[in-house]
Amino acid sequence: MTGNPSLSLDLVSDVRQLVAFPFMVNALEAGTIVAVLAAIVGWYMVLRRQSFAGHTLAVMAFPGAAGAALAGLPTALGYYVACGAAALAMGGRSRPTMRGYRTETATIGTVQTVGLAAGYLFLSLNTEVLSGFETLLFGTFLGVTQNHVLVLLAVAVVALAALALVARPLLFATLDRDVAEASGVPAGALDVGFLLILSVAVAATSQVTGALLVFALLVAPPAAAQAITVRPLPGLVLSVAFGLVIVWLGLGVAYFSPYPVGFWTTAFAFGLYVVVRVGVFVGRGGARAAWTTRRGGWVVASPRAGS
Amino acid sequence: MFAHEFVRNAYLAGTFIALACGSVGWFVVLRGQLFAGDALSHVAFVGAIAAAVFAVNEQVGLFAVTLAVGAGMAALGRRAQADDVVIGIVFAWILGIGLLLITVLATSSGGGNGITAVNALFGSIYALSAGASSVAAVIAAAVTAAVVVVFRPLLLSTLDSELAGARGVPVRALGAGFLVLVAAVTAESTEAVGALLLLGLLSAPAGAAHRMTANPYRGLALSAGLAVVAMWGGLALSYGIPSLPASSAIIGLAAAIYAIAAVVGRRGRAPRRA
Repeated sequence: MTGNPSLSLDLVSDVRQLVAFPFMVNALEAGTIVAVLAAIVGWYMVLRRQSFAGHTLAVMAFPGAAGAALAGLPTALGYYVACGAAALAMGGRSRPTMRGYRTETATIGTVQTVGLAAGYLFLSLNTEVLSGFETLLFGTFLGVTQNHVLVLLAVAVVALAALALVARPLLFATLDRDVAEASGVPAGALDVGFLLILSVAVAATSQVTGALLVFALLVAPPAAAQAITVRPLPGLVLSVAFGLVIVWLGLGVAYFSPYPVGFWTTAFAFGLYVVVRVGVFVGRGGARAAWTTRRGGWVVASPRAGS
Repeated sequence: MFAHEFVRNAYLAGTFIALACGSVGWFVVLRGQLFAGDALSHVAFVGAIAAAVFAVNEQVGLFAVTLAVGAGMAALGRRAQADDVVIGIVFAWILGIGLLLITVLATSSGGGNGITAVNALFGSIYALSAGASSVAAVIAAAVTAAVVVVFRPLLLSTLDSELAGARGVPVRALGAGFLVLVAAVTAESTEAVGALLLLGLLSAPAGAAHRMTANPYRGLALSAGLAVVAMWGGLALSYGIPSLPASSAIIGLAAAIYAIAAVVGRRGRAPRRA
């Protein structure tokens, strides 16, 4: 295959062009792994209303990478260490309940900026990484090696296995914390545990999408899925499907266009969310119905509804 | 160190920006809207890049984009408080557009673009000119004055929106107006401490003040005061240690203040709830 890739109406030839280069195959594999991981972990994150905590973990990838570059360690290691440390620093304090909520957001915000300030300090101490600075924040699918893909796969399997272990009690504790605690679910430990799983997912995702664009995969697919159904299993499946569509479309279109993949993935994520919301809005007959389903759906599903 | 003009400019702008961040931040933390502030700060970054692409004045671009998105978020949210999923998706999308603009910038003119992006993200308070710092000081002072003017109704509508509504306080309009104020502060401080770090000036002094006192008047004053302390100390530290960027020093000090307040506050009285 020579020359620039050109888009044609022939889908088969398009796909053949897409996988003609090994780097693109690696990127597609990495994107697929990350999309599945982010869609599943993100489903819980959206349900627990922890987007702010998720975003904070995401930007921790920046000090992680800058610090690792300064210390001469592998970048990926820095990602995981920084994200894990931030998860522990936020600890149980980012509980999604209203208890002392205000100071909690202040803690999250402070953790986030301390991380960023540290990252900026590392960056200014070590002028060499400045070249990769935008990649750090906005990611690249194009530098992914076969090795990266294997590490990502291992990380994703471990994170998803951990999540599967706590899936039911975590859902219970998320939906009705008080009843869950009363029936012996260790809600506090689950909070910290989930933040750690989230930090792993975010660190993995940000290696591909960059620290600032993680939300395209972490929030949009689950949020769209939850707008359609409140049931956990179909919701998770939908969420994964949406994540895959966003990544594949984003990578595919970016390959044929001069504009960066980060732009395309976020644009598709946003578009998908808007389309789904509008579709639900129209399908359920107007604003009122859409609101009640989305807002009240979980109340109906939770054991408390009767009391 | 005050013999240098750039230091005087930095202190002039910095003081007023810290005052504005501290006082607006106190309400942001009380209302649990830090995530909205965070999103707006990223929007401000995109605004700066957009201004560079379309060759308009950076400050104009910043303000236009940030205020527009702040007003939009206020309009979309139910109680003029945008939902956290909507914030997350919208700001990821806006950042994606920012990335597109960076690419356009890099391919169209060439040279010096990385610097624009880095400055917008991390600020360059020591690079402010005399004119820019006076403008910044005036705008920041106006924002602070606005917070003081709406202090009582805003406090009531934050703590008990139904009671406020019953007493004739325009709760929705106040909420929307407040988001616009947050947007103004964000656009304002992007130049000084940068889009990525200004969240620290909004959250850390305010969080510390909330832990130290439950009295709203004292809290607001304390929050603004602590922000100014962090600003002055950070500027001096960074002047003394050239390899330490000003923004990192300011945020580091603010965070240290918050950490101290968190430890002391936990030992003393219970954190406020309202």
